[in-house]
Amino acid sequence: MSATDTPVPRLPELEVDRRAWRHLADAAVGVELDTGDMILNLGPQHPATHGTLRLVVRLDGERVLAADPVIGYMHRGYEKLTEVRSYPQITTLINRIDWLSSFANEVPFIHGAEKLMSIEAPPRAQYIRTILTELSRIATFVLFLGEMGLQVGALTPAFWGFRDREHVLNLIEAATGGRFHPNFNRIGGILDDLPWGWINETRNVMKIVIDSCDVFEDILAGNEIFEARTRSIGIIPGALGAAYGVSGSNLRASGVDWDLRRDGKPYLAYPEIDFKVWTHPDGDSWSRYWVRLQETRESALMVLQLLDQLPSGPIMAKVPRIIKVPEGEIWVETENPLGQMGYYIVSKGATGPFRVKIRSASFSNVSILPWLLRGVYVPDVITILASLYFILGDIDR
Amino acid sequence: MSHVLAVDAGWGVTLGIKTVVVLGLIPAGALILGYTFLLKMMSHMQSRLGPMEAGPHGVLQLVADGVKFLQKEDIMPAESDRHVFAIAPAVIVMSTFLIFIVIPAGPKLVVKNLDVGVFYALAVSSLSVIGVLMAGWSSANKFALLGALRAAAQLIAYELPLLLAVVGVVAQAGTMNLQGIVGAQANGSIFGWSGIGNPFILTQFVGFGLFLVASQAELTQTPFDMPVAESELVAGYMVEYTGFRFLFFFIGEFGTAFAFAALAATLFLGGWAIPGVTNTGLMEVLGPLVLFAKLMIVAFLMFWVRFTYPRLREDQLQALAWKVLIPIGLANILVTGIFKVAF
Amino acid sequence: MADEDITPSQEQSGAGDEERAERAIAETDEAAAAAQAQADADSTGAQPTTEVTADEVEGDAAPLDETESALLALLKAQLGDAIIDQADMFGTLLVRVRADAWLRAAEVAKRDLACDFLSYISGIDWQPAPREGDDVGGDSSAPVQPTEMTYGLTGSAGRFQLLAHVQSSAKHWGVTFKTDVDDASPRADSWVSVYPGADWHERECWEMFGVVFDGHPNLRHLYLPSEFEGHPLRKDFPLLARSVKPWPGLVDVEPMPGEEKKEVAATAEGGEGE
Repeated sequence: MSATDTPVPRLPELEVDRRAWRHLADAAVGVELDTGDMILNLGPQHPATHGTLRLVVRLDGERVLAADPVIGYMHRGYEKLTEVRSYPQITTLINRIDWLSSFANEVPFIHGAEKLMSIEAPPRAQYIRTILTELSRIATFVLFLGEMGLQVGALTPAFWGFRDREHVLNLIEAATGGRFHPNFNRIGGILDDLPWGWINETRNVMKIVIDSCDVFEDILAGNEIFEARTRSIGIIPGALGAAYGVSGSNLRASGVDWDLRRDGKPYLAYPEIDFKVWTHPDGDSWSRYWVRLQETRESALMVLQLLDQLPSGPIMAKVPRIIKVPEGEIWVETENPLGQMGYYIVSKGATGPFRVKIRSASFSNVSILPWLLRGVYVPDVITILASLYFILGDIDR
Repeated sequence: MSHVLAVDAGWGVTLGIKTVVVLGLIPAGALILGYTFLLKMMSHMQSRLGPMEAGPHGVLQLVADGVKFLQKEDIMPAESDRHVFAIAPAVIVMSTFLIFIVIPAGPKLVVKNLDVGVFYALAVSSLSVIGVLMAGWSSANKFALLGALRAAAQLIAYELPLLLAVVGVVAQAGTMNLQGIVGAQANGSIFGWSGIGNPFILTQFVGFGLFLVASQAELTQTPFDMPVAESELVAGYMVEYTGFRFLFFFIGEFGTAFAFAALAATLFLGGWAIPGVTNTGLMEVLGPLVLFAKLMIVAFLMFWVRFTYPRLREDQLQALAWKVLIPIGLANILVTGIFKVAF
Repeated sequence: MADEDITPSQEQSGAGDEERAERAIAETDEAAAAAQAQADADSTGAQPTTEVTADEVEGDAAPLDETESALLALLKAQLGDAIIDQADMFGTLLVRVRADAWLRAAEVAKRDLACDFLSYISGIDWQPAPREGDDVGGDSSAPVQPTEMTYGLTGSAGRFQLLAHVQSSAKHWGVTFKTDVDDASPRADSWVSVYPGADWHERECWEMFGVVFDGHPNLRHLYLPSEFEGHPLRKDFPLLARSVKPWPGLVDVEPMPGEEKKEVAATAEGGEGE
C-alpha cells in the first residue's frame, strides 16, 4: 500500500471542530472574575514552570488567592497510541514520558510484560537494569539540585548541576547508545552488554557525584538565603499528600517512610543490596531539596554496591521472535525518580497491548497545587514548583 | 574649569568636551564591566568559557551585541503608553549620567567639583526609581507592573542604608566635597604613619559593608533582584523592551554599577590618589587608571556576590533594610561621632 | 508486604486505622468464611500461574495469597454482596464491586484497609477497536487485536468499566477496584470526598471516556481544549493521525553499509527504522 494510491477517507461520524484549537489561549478556567484582584498567567511559556505548564493565579497584590493549573499543552495521547503499537515500539514511546530519567520509565512496563509472559530476565540483565535506573535517578536529581538554586535566584549552581549530569549521561550513552532516550530494555533482558572499562569509569563518576553532592549541600542547602526562601514554604502534610497521590521524594520529605524499592513488590536487583530510605519530618520545600540530596548520594552508593556484586552471564532470556504476550492483566509500580510510576497493562494475546494505563508521578504531584498555593507569595509559588520537581511529559503523557 | 590638560579653552568648548567624555564614559564603563564580570568572571565561576568568538577571547562580544540591538525592530506593545514607554529608559540613563558629574578622576579631572558632591550623587542616583516605575506601568504587562512595584519599594527602602553608610565617611573627612574626601584619605595618617594614607575602609568598614549591600540593592542585583527576578518575571519591568531601548536599560544598569563602584572607591579606598605621590601632572594621567583599578576591585566583590547567592523574597528584603541595615548604619554614625569628638 | 502472625481473635479497640486493620485481619483470618474457599486454593503464597484463557472470564483462576485473602475478607465484611468478583492480578488484589457501592468501596479502603494513598482512577473500554484496515485505507501496521469482546479477570457487565488503585503507605499493600458503568450514559460517584486527589483523575476519566462523576466539584476538561468534542480513549474514537495521514510503513532509504542496495520507496519519506 503506497501513500499515493488510495485517497485518505473522511470519517463522517466525527467532525472535529478545528476552530476549537484557536481558543487555546482563552481556555475556560474555574476562576471567578472579581474586581480588585489581578489574574496572572504563569506560563505556558515561563522559565519557572519546567515546561509548558500554565498556572492561572488570582493575586491580591503579591498574595495568591487561588491557583488553577492548566495542563495538557504537552499531551501526546500515549494511552491511545499504545493501543496501536507493539510492545517494542511502546518502549520507544514511554522513554519520553519523563525525559530526564528515560531509562526508569521503561522498567515497569517491561517488567509487566515479562511477568505476563512468565519470562524472567537473567540476573546480569537485572543488575544492569538496576544500575542504569539508578544512574538515571542520579542524572535527574543532580540536575534538580542545581536548578532549584536557579529558581530561587542562584545562577551558578545550575551550571554545576548540568556539568555533573554530563558525566552520568556519558556513562548512559556509552552503555546504551543514547544520552536521553536509551530505549535499551527488551522483553527478556537488555539490548547489549556493557562496554570495556565502563565499570571503572562508573566508579570514578560515582565519586564525582558524591563530591558534587557535598558541594551542593554547602552552597545551597546550607545557605542562609536559600533556607530563608525554602524553609516552611509549601508544607505538605503527609496524610493529605498521600490522599492526593503525591509520591516519591515529595512524600518522604513529609515524613512518610515508603519507598517502593524496599517496600513494594520486589523488582530488579533491589532486594539484593542494602540502602537507606531518607525521610524528613518537615514537609517543606527545604526538606524536599534535602531528601533528594541524600537520595542522590544513596544512589551513588547503591551503584557502587551493584557494580561490586555484578554477576556474569547472559543478558537476554529465551524469547520468541515475535513477541505475543498472553492474555491477562497486570499492574506494576516502581519507584521512579519523580515518584511512583505504574503501568496497568491489559493484554489480549496480540503483539501489542489492548489497554495501557500509565500512572505518572507528576500528574498527582501537581494536582495538589490548588490546595498548596493558597495564600503564598508569588516568589514562593516559584519555590514550590521547583521543589515539587515535575516534568511536563510526566504530567501530560 | 577652563584648563583642559593645560590647554586654554572657552566655556562652551569645555562644556562640549566634558559632555562628550562623560557620554562616552558611560557605555565604555558598562562594556568593560559587562565583559569582565558578566561574561568572563561569571562564566569561569560556572565552569564554562563564555563568549570566545567575537574578537580574541570574546572582547568584542558586547560591541557585537550593541550593534545587534541597534538594528532590531522597534516594537512597542499596542496597549502601552507610547510616550512614557519611550522616555523611561532615557530617565534611567540620565540619572546615571548625572552621577558621573561629581566623581573625580584626577586632581583637576572632574566635571564639576560640587561642595555638596556626596549629597548630590546620592540624590540623583535615586531618580532612576521614576524611570523604573514609568517603564513598568507603561508596558501594559502584569509581569512588568509587578516588577516595577517591587522595584519602587526596594529602591526607596535601600536609599537609607546607602546614605547612612556615607554619613560616617563625611563625618570623618569633614567635608562633602569628593575631592576633599580623596584628599583627606591621601593626606591622612594611621596613628601617625602615613605610608598608605588613611583609606576610610579601615575605620569605616561597617560603612563599606553597608554601602556594598545597599548599592547591590540599588542596582537590583542578586540577592536583591526581585524586580528583575529572572526565573519569575523574566526581566520584570524591562520585559517589554527590545532593541535599542533594552540597550539603554543595559547600559543604564552597568553604567550605574560603574558609577557606584567608582563612588565606593572614592569614598572608601582613596579614589584617584596614591598616597605619597604629589606630582599633580603625573596624577592627572595616573589618576584615572588608579581609580579604575580600585573600582574594579569593588565591582569584583559586587558581581561575585551576584553570581553566588539566591535572591531574597520581597518581604525578607524589606525586613533586612528596615530592621537590620538601618540600625547598623545609625550605630555606625554614633560610633564615628564619638570617635571623631574624642580623638 | 507485611505478613502478620495469626493471633486469636480479639475485640477491636478504638485504636488508629492501622491497628484496627491489623486486628481485623487477624480476627477474620480465624473466622474466614468466604475467604476459606480462596484460602484453600492458596499454596505457599508464591506467584500464581498466569494462564487465564478467553474461556475463563469469571472467577479467579489464580489463587489469592495471604494478604490478598485477608484484605478480601475485610472488604467482604464491610461491603458484603456489593463485591461481584475478585481475582489475583500477579500479587495485587483485584475486586469488582457493584456500581452503587463505588464510593462505599473507597470509604472502606481508606478507613478499614488503611489505604491512604490514591494511585489512580481510570477507565477501560472493552470493545475491540474497529480495525481500520486495507479496505478503508487507514492504518494497517497496528497489532491485530482479537475481534470478540472479552472482559479480563473479573468480567464486566458491559463495555465500560472504571478502575482505581489505592495503596497503604504504612502497610504497603494495595487493592485495585473495578466497577461497571452504564454503556449508554456512564455515571459513577465521585471519590473526591474520600481522596481529594481523585479530582484530576476523574476529570481525565470524564474527558477520555465520558464517565460523569456525581459529586465532583468541577468536571471540566483537563488535557484537551474546552471546546473539544468526543472522548478520545473510547475505542470508536479513531486515532486521527492515522486517518489523516496513512502510515507509510517500513521505508528504508539508506541501505546498511556492505549490504546490497534494497528497493527504495518511491516517496521521499524519511526512513522510519522500526
